Amino acid sequence: MSLTSTAPRKTEAPPAGSPRRRKAKRAGTPYGFLAPAMILFAAFLAAPIFYAAYLSLRKVKVSGLGLGSKSRTEIWAGLDNYTRSLTDPEFLPSVGRVGAYGLIVVPTMLGLALMFALLLDANRTRESIGKFARISIFLPYAVPAVVASLLWGFLYLPRVSPINDIAEALGFAGPNLLSADLTLFAVANIAIWGGTGFNMIVIYTALKAVPTSLYESARIDGASEMAIAWRIKIPIVMPSLVMTFVFSLIATLQVFAEPMTLRPLANTISTTWTPLMKVYRDAFARNDIYAAAATSVIIALATFILSFGFLKLVGRRAFNQED
Amino acid sequence: MKKKFAPLMAAVTAAALFTVTACSSSDSSEEGAVDPNEKVSLTYWTWTPNMDKVVAAWNAKNPNIQVTVNKQDGGDPAVTKLLTAVKAGSGAPDIMQAEYQKVPTLVSADALADISAEVGSLKDKFPAGAWSGVSLGSDAAYGVPQDSGPLMFFYRSDVFEKNGLAAPKTWDDYAAAAEKIHKADAKQYLGTFSANDAGLFTGLAQQAGASWWGVNGDSWTVNINDAATQKVASYWGGLVEKGVMDNKPMYTPEWNAALNDGTQVGWVSAVWAPGVLDGSAKDTKGKWKAAPMPQWDAAAPKTGAWGGSATSVTTQSKHKKQATQFITWLNSDPEALKLLADTAFIYPAANDATSVLTEPPAFFADQADYYTIAGEASKQLSPFTYGPNVNVAYSAFNDAFAKAAEAKKAAAFTESLATMQKTTVDDMKNTGFNVAG
Repeated sequence: MSLTSTAPRKTEAPPAGSPRRRKAKRAGTPYGFLAPAMILFAAFLAAPIFYAAYLSLRKVKVSGLGLGSKSRTEIWAGLDNYTRSLTDPEFLPSVGRVGAYGLIVVPTMLGLALMFALLLDANRTRESIGKFARISIFLPYAVPAVVASLLWGFLYLPRVSPINDIAEALGFAGPNLLSADLTLFAVANIAIWGGTGFNMIVIYTALKAVPTSLYESARIDGASEMAIAWRIKIPIVMPSLVMTFVFSLIATLQVFAEPMTLRPLANTISTTWTPLMKVYRDAFARNDIYAAAATSVIIALATFILSFGFLKLVGRRAFNQED
Repeated sequence: MKKKFAPLMAAVTAAALFTVTACSSSDSSEEGAVDPNEKVSLTYWTWTPNMDKVVAAWNAKNPNIQVTVNKQDGGDPAVTKLLTAVKAGSGAPDIMQAEYQKVPTLVSADALADISAEVGSLKDKFPAGAWSGVSLGSDAAYGVPQDSGPLMFFYRSDVFEKNGLAAPKTWDDYAAAAEKIHKADAKQYLGTFSANDAGLFTGLAQQAGASWWGVNGDSWTVNINDAATQKVASYWGGLVEKGVMDNKPMYTPEWNAALNDGTQVGWVSAVWAPGVLDGSAKDTKGKWKAAPMPQWDAAAPKTGAWGGSATSVTTQSKHKKQATQFITWLNSDPEALKLLADTAFIYPAANDATSVLTEPPAFFADQADYYTIAGEASKQLSPFTYGPNVNVAYSAFNDAFAKAAEAKKAAAFTESLATMQKTTVDDMKNTGFNVAG
């Protein structure tokens, strides 16, 4: 791959003797082309980031009863919001919960995605069945997280759940999936259901790019299908696995829509169940956008450190073949 | 991936709101001395359905004061928008619908104007409990009460009859009925303790005589963990611990199903309950009855409120006098009250409301005295003062009581009040409010 992409570039070297002045005139052109993207990036990404960082260092100070005009002033808070955020008794448990959630979601989801991708790839000749299976596995990804959570919420609530109806018809008590012990799994299940298809497609696409000649030679050497999967396919799709892992990691740290939608249905999900829910509560239930901004910055930093740390850790090994 | 920048959503939303409100200019016309022939146009933010039709009646009679309704999504988004407009210095409407529990927050943000000089003796036309929602216990008037949600008790009369029960007069009766009904049929509950509905619990505490916030000189007082609220919390906690009261939240698909299939056979709710029951419990129509609230002291009947809002004039309005004229008419004139009740389907707070509400709501078609009960209830509203951080107390309620309800321990219910009290006071102190104690 790298050969085909770098080879033509060498031949495209600028023709010798082009005038210097024209070059200088053209120097502005790339910036012209870049401008729309840069402006949009600055306005809708960079500016809000800086604004959030700025807000995280501010706070509102009320004087007296706080009634009437001019009783509210925005003042400099230093790192006060950060200290409050990190020492909030709800913050660490929410981080722990997300950690446990990630331990359930990421391996299960990627394991399933890899398994489905390998199964679909194992028999490339039966294209029609493969296409149907691929679409059905991918479909849940197209369902918005809020809709998926509402849908699963109905299935979880014992009184309205067909699962419990069936269990009762068979003579045993159905589970309450939104009870204290099972909530974490109930939320994780929605994420796995919704995310497996996307990751499966990524891995499957990587598998399709592998030339069949590799497998043929492996078969001639006497390798079984299992051995081909373990020794050839999985190592080849390693970069895709790393990428899907990073995506899943980021999605895990930012889990929000699912628990937020399930929250009103049960007593077991608090308003600070995940760090991002705490951000939401601070900003919109407590009108404290300053504390919310501080927690956002902490989450963003953690996401950044974890994902780049992981990439650094596995990067060299995973991308070896590419270099 | 699509969720990549989610932590910044709060900031992005805030930034977007600033931009939007900064761009939209106020619709109120230019400044000037009040002249009876001056034509003014006022904007009115509300989320009550059909309010434009009520306003049309005013516009037809008052060519010089034309009001335009600007329909809002609901209480919370409208408050966020108004607070942003106040921060930006422009963009606020002249008139705003404000839920009672939001009034102190809005006043504290300098969003609502004190119109006590303009309203004169209007106070006499409202029950004291409703007026305290706009006066915050002082001489000020940060609006005019529009509707109120006096608490009432709703029950399945057929189930009560079958168990040989009458509508509970006291909370002791209610507890006995809950136990009897659940013992007779383990699937049936007289009600549920919902940790999602801080508003209802506040109303129950109000009935018991609590007033969670108060103003004492130039400091706030916070009394969430007082004896009255303790009594209410331990009462409900006791019922849940005994297992005769359900502990699941309200307004879930499960709860709707339970109302409809006859496993929830009672509901402590407010005057607007028929609308909800009509949607959730269609199959049981005709079997429900409304009754006054069970009492702590049957000799001195009291009730609390769940819901209700006032109409206020904003500090940005340039025509406060005309705006006050309009909201006075809207909330106290018999013609307007009738329109509010019949067209906008709300229960007006004014004393005169009883004279315009004659027909019972459709879901309680057989109960001719429905509005008589409601009228009695609204006169028995205990005064209650909301503070400037109701939202903080309410979200603390959600978390603490959800844990307590799940644990099914009465002790956990009363401990939750201490958590609520601490969270609320800490927040106020941290923001800089003067808090006594």
